[in-house]
Amino acid sequence: MIARLLAGAALAALAVGSAQAQQGKISGDVVKIGVLNDRSGLYADLGGEGSVVAVRMAVEEVGGKILGKPIEVIAADHQNKPDIGSNLSREWIDRDGVDVIVDVPNSGVALAVQEVTREKKTIFLMQGPATSRLTGDACSPTGFHWAYDTRALAVGTGQAIVKEGGKSWFFLTADYAFGHQLETDTAAQVKKAGGTVVGAVRAPLNTADFSSFLLQAQSSGAQVIGLANAGGDTITSIKQASEFGLTQSGQQKLAGLLIFLSDVHALGLQVAQDLVLTTGFYWDMDDEKRAWSEKYKAKTGKMPTMVQAGSYSSVKHYLKAIEAAGTDDGPTVAAKMKEMPVNDMFAKNGKILPNGRMVHDMYLARVKKPSESKGPWDYYEIIRTIPGDEAFATMAESGCKLPG
Amino acid sequence: MSTIFGIPPQALFGQLLLGLINGSFYALLSLGLAVIFGMLNVINFAHGALYMLGAFVAWLLLTTAGIGYWWALLLAPLVVGAFGVVLEKTLLSRLYKLDHLYGLLLTFGLALIVEGAFRHFYGVSGQPYPIPDLLRGGQNLGFMFLPNYRGWVVVASLVVCLATWYAIERTKLGAYLRAATENPVLVQAFGINVPLMITATYGFGVALAGLAGVLAAPIYQVSPLMGSNLIIVVFAVVVIGGMGSILGAVLTGYGLGLLEGLTKVFYPEASNIVVFVIMAVVLLIKPAGLFGRER
Repeated sequence: MIARLLAGAALAALAVGSAQAQQGKISGDVVKIGVLNDRSGLYADLGGEGSVVAVRMAVEEVGGKILGKPIEVIAADHQNKPDIGSNLSREWIDRDGVDVIVDVPNSGVALAVQEVTREKKTIFLMQGPATSRLTGDACSPTGFHWAYDTRALAVGTGQAIVKEGGKSWFFLTADYAFGHQLETDTAAQVKKAGGTVVGAVRAPLNTADFSSFLLQAQSSGAQVIGLANAGGDTITSIKQASEFGLTQSGQQKLAGLLIFLSDVHALGLQVAQDLVLTTGFYWDMDDEKRAWSEKYKAKTGKMPTMVQAGSYSSVKHYLKAIEAAGTDDGPTVAAKMKEMPVNDMFAKNGKILPNGRMVHDMYLARVKKPSESKGPWDYYEIIRTIPGDEAFATMAESGCKLPG
Repeated sequence: MSTIFGIPPQALFGQLLLGLINGSFYALLSLGLAVIFGMLNVINFAHGALYMLGAFVAWLLLTTAGIGYWWALLLAPLVVGAFGVVLEKTLLSRLYKLDHLYGLLLTFGLALIVEGAFRHFYGVSGQPYPIPDLLRGGQNLGFMFLPNYRGWVVVASLVVCLATWYAIERTKLGAYLRAATENPVLVQAFGINVPLMITATYGFGVALAGLAGVLAAPIYQVSPLMGSNLIIVVFAVVVIGGMGSILGAVLTGYGLGLLEGLTKVFYPEASNIVVFVIMAVVLLIKPAGLFGRER
């Protein structure tokens, strides 16, 4: 009996050993990249097909192959529904052998996908989702948060506006995980800088008419109306704020807490001018960014948002880590990614914290007036660089329980 | 400051006025749906897409031909109406002998195709459409700042709704129409061209959707999603008012706009479901809707 048990244990040990020996390879003989985002709804322009194009550009740059094996890119629409997002990612990993999931805007969906990828030990490169919880209480050893998060946005726009004299705030918040977190993080920064929060109203996601919420914001008498929403919701609320004369009177100021280049493009400078915003990327900052962005524009007809540029950068870094590790095994690659600095057109001397937060410089920008803009896509004036260590929470502050 | 149910009166009146403005769109769209359902017995799911088309036609007129808002107000409904006539002649007219359900499925499919095509070419963020110069600025009403344009929308929509109601309920042409829906064979026997009348009715119904689209363009972004965002609420309005009832559609449209406005004051989180709660309650008590007749 004992002999049998021992033999069994030995066999089991052998099996584990041989499984480990096989790790020096690419699983399924292909590196499969799954881009999962909103391809038809209110966040489709800031990520969508553009993110897929950006990822393909990263793949093309390494010749479409890694360690002699082909790289494949697939894409799907999560429709902003957490259940669809987690089901799709589960199917992708279990059935289709997807090795890495990219983008996933909408914090609600991203939190669901984070659970799946943690359980399956699959790499998750987050661009679109904003909530800082993804590297906080919901952190994962294989999850990477790349372009920005609610904390960085709050530090940038929140502090900047309080310093300019916008002391009292009222929030117009998208009523789901992302909006709540952005409101919480910004309120914390506003109070830290000596401001006050007089109130907030929660509007359902994808609201067509913000006028009544704006009216409540107006009657609150706050100096600053903080827009804790994104994409189509931000566009509509800014446009309608202008229609109702909120900003023209000069008594109240709008603070767009998360504004993408695609939003400004859709609004037009006439309406968007003078908005202050925080961004992780702007195409017209240096030669390297311009060159990459022009290449991207040739493929899509648009300049990239920070989500799309970030998708390129994270996939590039991921492929480099596979090369260095000699395998596409999730945890091994994740450890390698955290060892290597991030240096590409998106980020200079970026570093990745143990909780998966990619720390890089953020930028405070002001939207140009129509008279200042030299042409299409010439939209931002960079006011200040926010050093990465100031923008993002440290490992200790984040609340992530991973060993750091 | 004194309050009404804990809400400052200023905010309350402001919200009610906004509710009236939103109600104008509900009324205008549900009116078209009611006309089409009443005369053709078709549940026109393409209505939202045609509303979106109206806004896009206005936008295209402005950006490609430099034709401004006032002409668009006339031209866009004509274009959308003409498109509707083509749809009715080529597709819908083949389905009248079949169950309602086929018309519903066909128009739903058409809506998906039209929206998908626009999404493919124009993205989802939408295109800006400026408010016409004549209607810029606004009035300070004391309790709120009313943009002139929104005031105009309320007036325009009220006029169109009243005129349509009058044309159908009080004129000879309207009498023919109503008779044709009751007994098409008999009316045809009197020498009246019923198929032509049906085509014209569908064209008119969708032209109303196109008109609502032009009115909406300066308020919302001209976006491929604008129709699908609104259509579900509008269907709820039609069901609450009673399928096919013109007066029901108009009154319920304004009424629910007001109710939604109130919800936004007292419990904003529920503002996008309150219409459906009302629908459930009404259907429990009066299955044919508030103004509907049992068939």
